[in-house]
Amino acid sequence: MLAASAGVALARGMGQIDLRVPGSAPSARDGYGTDPDIIRTHAPGDFWPLTLTRAERRAVSALCDVIIPADDRSPSASALHVPDFIDEWISAPYAGHGADRTLVNAGLAWLDAESRRRYGSAFARATDAQRLELCEAMAPEAPPKSELELPSKFFRRVRNLTMVGFFTTPAGMKDLGYVGNVPLARFEGPPADLIARLGLADEVAW
Amino acid sequence: MAFVTPSSALDKYDVIVVGSGAAGGQAAYTLTMAGARVLMLEAGRNYDPQAETPMFQTNDQAPLRGAGTPDKPFGFYDATVGGGWSVPGEPYTNASDESERQFQWWRSRMLGGRTNHWARHSLRNGPYDFKPRSRDGLGFDWPISYEDVAPYYDKVEMLIGVYGNNNGLENTPDSPEGCLLPPPKARIGELLAKQRGRSLGIPVIPIHRAVLSAPLDHERIPAKLHPGNLKAQRILAGDMRNRAACFWATSCGRGCAIRANYQSTTVHIPPAMATGNLDVLVDAMVREVTVDSSGKATGVTYIDKVRKQEHHASARVIVLAASACETARLLLNSKSNHFPNGLANSSGLVGKYIMDTVGAGWGGQIPLLENLPSYNEDGAGGLHVYAPWWLYKQQLAGKLGFARGYHVEFGTGKGMPGANAPYVSDAGGRTVFGAKMKEEARRYYGSHIWFSGRGEMIPNEDSYCEIDPKVVDTWGIPVLRFNWKWSDHETRQAAHMQRTFADWITAMGGTNAKQPDASGKKAISQGGYVIHEVGGTIMGSAPGSSVTNRWSQTWDVPNVFVADGAVFASNADKNPTLTIMALAWRAADRILEEMSRGNL
Repeated sequence: MLAASAGVALARGMGQIDLRVPGSAPSARDGYGTDPDIIRTHAPGDFWPLTLTRAERRAVSALCDVIIPADDRSPSASALHVPDFIDEWISAPYAGHGADRTLVNAGLAWLDAESRRRYGSAFARATDAQRLELCEAMAPEAPPKSELELPSKFFRRVRNLTMVGFFTTPAGMKDLGYVGNVPLARFEGPPADLIARLGLADEVAW
Repeated sequence: MAFVTPSSALDKYDVIVVGSGAAGGQAAYTLTMAGARVLMLEAGRNYDPQAETPMFQTNDQAPLRGAGTPDKPFGFYDATVGGGWSVPGEPYTNASDESERQFQWWRSRMLGGRTNHWARHSLRNGPYDFKPRSRDGLGFDWPISYEDVAPYYDKVEMLIGVYGNNNGLENTPDSPEGCLLPPPKARIGELLAKQRGRSLGIPVIPIHRAVLSAPLDHERIPAKLHPGNLKAQRILAGDMRNRAACFWATSCGRGCAIRANYQSTTVHIPPAMATGNLDVLVDAMVREVTVDSSGKATGVTYIDKVRKQEHHASARVIVLAASACETARLLLNSKSNHFPNGLANSSGLVGKYIMDTVGAGWGGQIPLLENLPSYNEDGAGGLHVYAPWWLYKQQLAGKLGFARGYHVEFGTGKGMPGANAPYVSDAGGRTVFGAKMKEEARRYYGSHIWFSGRGEMIPNEDSYCEIDPKVVDTWGIPVLRFNWKWSDHETRQAAHMQRTFADWITAMGGTNAKQPDASGKKAISQGGYVIHEVGGTIMGSAPGSSVTNRWSQTWDVPNVFVADGAVFASNADKNPTLTIMALAWRAADRILEEMSRGNL
């Protein structure tokens, strides 16, 4: 009954990037189960332990902020605690998350090694310009050279996770322009000037 | 009467209803409002939508930003309790290892069942849909016609509250004056799809959904639904006053704490409880229907899941409303000397002709919708418009290569951000990040449209469920084993869906990143995926070729009725829930008549 709308709900306002975990696998042993409390606010670490080391956490924070720096509309990813979400994601006990954990661990190891090779310091201690240069290296045109396959895949995955973590926060939703989730007395539909701008005035009446 | 335990339940009831969803809720409502004493058995836990619905929670308050997991496949805030594609301790199996021959079975274990999370699409079957074999020679005709069911569609729409309007389109029935609530205005992307669909000949009209776009008329409706029954009128009027109209926030899949949409737990069960005639026993898994030496049903055996004890409940009439496949399972597991092949199975057809809805999707990015100023388009928490099937004449003339139609559901707009990252271009394969990514995310947000085709499947001999000879669930009850096969009618229909949607994207000014699947074999969703499974105890005009008669009463055991989708003899593209409720009401009316005549 819901599947009809689920595809729609998942598609609304979003693109082709899909972080869903396939649903038909058996329940994870240490997940939140099929009847969690969905009313209270949950924080990363509430249901399963976080697994990033301190050094990895520093690298993820630095990486997130290259991916989403602060600007005049919103703060940086780390200021909105996106690294906590990434740690929660890769630490989750469900099928699919384990592959992300492997990818992120390997990617972070590559990143630090490459940073030390190029600049003599870990990624988290590199300068802003050096971090940017390393991120550019991880974002080559497709297909990447074989030595960049892992870093490219890792970077795309962390970029997507950073976007999810960021744009689901109140500040991120505001930045994106989501203005719903408030009760209204009436649903007014699109503003008249928007309808006119798209030439849809004749479509409003049924 | 209220929530009872095995020890506080009565020794005997007029009717036992197995299941508490759309069918069980409707049957219990109709029966108790007329004065029958009913025991409702629910295999899941009690559930209180007013206390348990996350109405304004944002995804950053959920683990994994609300993403689906094996524990909550439709996301953390989906209303489903205790289930999804798998229910712990209650497996099912598939006979084949090939995924295209497998069936996925969505279940919940909660009061109200799947009505708590469903899409609320409430479309009437049309006249063709009850007589498909007469029209194209395939499948089965129902023993009833649209005219038989129409009065019940009217009643259900008035009771639960359905928004929509009338368009006079072929096989897309209008509702009489006073049945529907006003449709909400279309969102901007929906208007664009409507305009551009016209060039393809596709009509876009308001969908019918069970959401209160305005308060129900509590002064008029109760007297129409319960003429001459002042107690029922008073209870229903009071209950309707306690249902708020939609406040245009929160996705309906979470349920609704203000009771603005239909759930069995917010619409059927509260007034039924208020009659004093309904007892509800939760955490009660029914194992079998019991019969006496004459072959008449006496009650049910059930397992109290909390105390892990088996009990028996007795009644004059048994109504099965456990969901199509669970009802078939229950009948097949009810073996006795009288019924060695399972109850009501002299035809050998219990479990046969399981149908789902054909599903295929396609999406695209629409440049015209980029960078639009934001407005609040949450709306009614689901679809406002859709496209009903529009090619009846071409299809009947044999021009399409598949025999049955589909409707189109589509989603657009700036929905609440969740666990799918906003779209960015990643042009040339280069991962966009930094200021450019932020700019692109803002630009493209809300510029996508996703089309979902929802089509009719023709019943076939290869799609059925049976008892697995080896596997039992944690309660020791033999489980279902599924067999599945789409015919060419369905795969060609899925191909037509994707081709049409790709053309629609083009008509909206978008470009298709890839080509649609011409065979339909990749496009078509897995059996069960759309969660519209019906059939398994189909109704018909003769005992040898069907399991129930035109009243949803089993041929073999006159005091056993099937109220859920198992009786469907075909599965029109229209979402089944409204028809399930209409038939459940009709079956309950028949039970009341037959009880008053002394026949039950």
